[in-house]
Amino acid sequence: MSDTHAHSVAFVRETEIPSSPPPYAATGPVKWLRENLFATPANSLLTIAALYVIWQILSGTMPWILNGIWNTSSLAECRQVLDGAVGACFSVLTERWNQLLFGFQYPSELYWRPTLALGLLFVAAAPVLFFDLPRKLLAFTAVYPFIAFWLIWGGTILTPIVAFAGVAAGAVVYQRLVTGSFAYGFFGGIIAAFIVWTVGGWIIPDGASETAMLTAVPSRDLGGFMLNMMLGVTCVTLSIPIGIALALGRQSSMPLIKVVCVVFIEFVRGVPLITLLFVASVMLAYFFPPESSLDLFLRVVIMITMFSSAYIAEVIRGGLAALPKGQYEAADSLGLDYPQAMRLIILPQALKISIPGIVNIAVGLFKDTTLVSVIGMFDIVGMIRGPILASTEWNGVYWELLGFASVLFFVVCYGISQYSQWLERRLATDHR
Amino acid sequence: MTTLTDPPRESFRLSMLINDTRYRSLTFQGITLLVLIIAIAYLANNLLTNLAAAGLNIAYDFLGDPAGYDINQALVEYNSRSSHARAALVGVLNTLLVAFLACITATVFGVIAGVLRLSNNWLVRKLMSFYVEIFRNIPVLIWIIIIFTIMTAVMPAPRAFRGDEPEATMLMGLFAFTNRGVYIPAPVWGPGSMVVVATFIASIIGVIGYRRYATKLLYDTGKLLPMGWPSLAIFFLPTILMFYIMGRPIGLDVPELGGFNFRGGIQVGAPLIALWFALSIYTGAFIAENVRAGIQAVSKGQTEAASALGLRPGRVMKLVVLPQALRVIIPPLISQYLNITKNSSLAIAVGYADITATLGGITLNQTGRAIECVLLLMLFYLTISLLISAVMNVYNNAVKLKER
Repeated sequence: MSDTHAHSVAFVRETEIPSSPPPYAATGPVKWLRENLFATPANSLLTIAALYVIWQILSGTMPWILNGIWNTSSLAECRQVLDGAVGACFSVLTERWNQLLFGFQYPSELYWRPTLALGLLFVAAAPVLFFDLPRKLLAFTAVYPFIAFWLIWGGTILTPIVAFAGVAAGAVVYQRLVTGSFAYGFFGGIIAAFIVWTVGGWIIPDGASETAMLTAVPSRDLGGFMLNMMLGVTCVTLSIPIGIALALGRQSSMPLIKVVCVVFIEFVRGVPLITLLFVASVMLAYFFPPESSLDLFLRVVIMITMFSSAYIAEVIRGGLAALPKGQYEAADSLGLDYPQAMRLIILPQALKISIPGIVNIAVGLFKDTTLVSVIGMFDIVGMIRGPILASTEWNGVYWELLGFASVLFFVVCYGISQYSQWLERRLATDHR
Repeated sequence: MTTLTDPPRESFRLSMLINDTRYRSLTFQGITLLVLIIAIAYLANNLLTNLAAAGLNIAYDFLGDPAGYDINQALVEYNSRSSHARAALVGVLNTLLVAFLACITATVFGVIAGVLRLSNNWLVRKLMSFYVEIFRNIPVLIWIIIIFTIMTAVMPAPRAFRGDEPEATMLMGLFAFTNRGVYIPAPVWGPGSMVVVATFIASIIGVIGYRRYATKLLYDTGKLLPMGWPSLAIFFLPTILMFYIMGRPIGLDVPELGGFNFRGGIQVGAPLIALWFALSIYTGAFIAENVRAGIQAVSKGQTEAASALGLRPGRVMKLVVLPQALRVIIPPLISQYLNITKNSSLAIAVGYADITATLGGITLNQTGRAIECVLLLMLFYLTISLLISAVMNVYNNAVKLKER
């Protein structure tokens, strides 16, 4: 049988053929192109349309950017050098970068101070943002606001020291008393801080600022992108604790506190930021004693903080509502009182859920700091529209300046949102 | 043997206000009320002292005085002798106009970009995420200024349209894009034009009626009537027929170059265009993200189940995915509309005469009535946003998942 078979069959393969390579069109870049760009005729049309759009954008901007002039001293000179060719006049940036970043009144020999403050900001923010870093760095974060204040505004070092001493005294008293009751700790801490500040206020001699190590800079001299950064960082930082308090107040079972919080939140969320800034610029002065003179920067900080704290409160309320009811009941059944339950059980979880929302608010708020240009402060947009475009040298340089401002904002905001996405992945404890 | 007795009924002692949770909330609220009253009294006292020192009072009769300034873009009759209240009304209408226009275009941009971000096409996907990231991360004020600058610095002046070989030409002979704004043809309503308009409205009702009838027929008998072509025909044919039967009563007043400027047609000012376009394209990026999230929120099983039932892709989208996605998309969409309305107050940066620019800007500066103007301004925005949130609540209750 096997013999006949052997005769009838001419060839029997005894080894496996090496697998032949896949068809040319089903592998590598060609496959990718076919699947992602030319899957169907309609898809191919879309690709061609997209390519056309990209070509339009690039051919419109690239020659302009690449042909840019960086070293002239006025627009007229720039146009002379370009001689009719398409090209940007980036010289305005090399010439006026200091005004764009620091405003036109901040003394130029003191630029190192805000720059150093910005550098230290990264050090101070690092342990808050990346919690793998050693916790001891948080001590620097606690001191940072006072250092930054001293660096930017200058003046006598006693002011930030007294301010810090007050906060430190408050914290110590709080730590002592909080074991008894949160209310004792909280109010005791505030009272201690106020005592230290009052006493410190007597100690600081009048006119100490004139002979100080760092020259004092009044707040109206602040400007440029520095002003946007300062407003953004200060207001977001201040509004998080206020937002937490408002969110808890809104959930409170005490009707009066609840009503106060709801009215505040809904009022602030219902009006545009610009009307609140009008309040800061024209109306707020009426509500303070005649002899007090709150400077515009402080008034704007107050209003923007109010604004963002209402939004943050709503985000945190969402986080509180998302917690299962069992968490509240578990805390109660352990015998924790309200402050303990909130501090130890509820808020850590609720805040974790709210982080993406808070970051969104922070990015939105940072972008909204440009609105202060409308009430006559010289932030980066105010600088561009005011002193720089009005100057004889640079009247008519729009795109370079607006593009520069856009790039600055894009880098910061995109960076923050990328961080937020990373944090969300990092904090995800549910196993999917 | 033990007997259970009620604990002795404690009489109320003052210390219970601090130590007993039943009464402690009263203490807290009492303190809050006290602080609140003191704060308000302090602020009100300061306000009265300051006002008295400045020789001012709080009164709203300035609204009746003549405003004395011109507004170039007014939807109602207005001149410089009109009252401040009239100027505020012009501002309110301008705010609502730009908010309405921007809401529509932002939705269009957002839906297109959001759907394209989910496209199979890699290039289109990347292009759309580029659009979304660029516009979301740069302040809207900068966008408004950029587009305003394009409108005023890049567009040709009206005299560029002059001459035998003009530097600029009108789009389709109808639209002129100049640095003073865009001139569009204005419709001229001749006698009998109302009949055409009535026919048009009737045909819209006819389209809706026909589609309802076709759907009912489909559900009752399973008979499928064609939808697309008949709808189009009902929509266009009667109106076009009536237009010619009545002897073309609706004409176009095309803008023409006369002297140094265009005459005729409607002038849409550069500030309005800048604000409208910037708000739509900026908010469109946010809406795109909402749309994408809404579509992705519909689980893939739904699409697969619908396909397994034999539905065609269009029907899957229309009958299964969209109704579920809209439930997720609409609430953030409405809050984006609210944002557009609030962001339209940035009009003041480009000189568009909205409520913030008239009441909160020129009127405030002319009369010095800061408190009254800002309060009225806030009241207006507050009313709008409370109205919109009321609508949102009604909608949310309507689409809430009915769970048993």
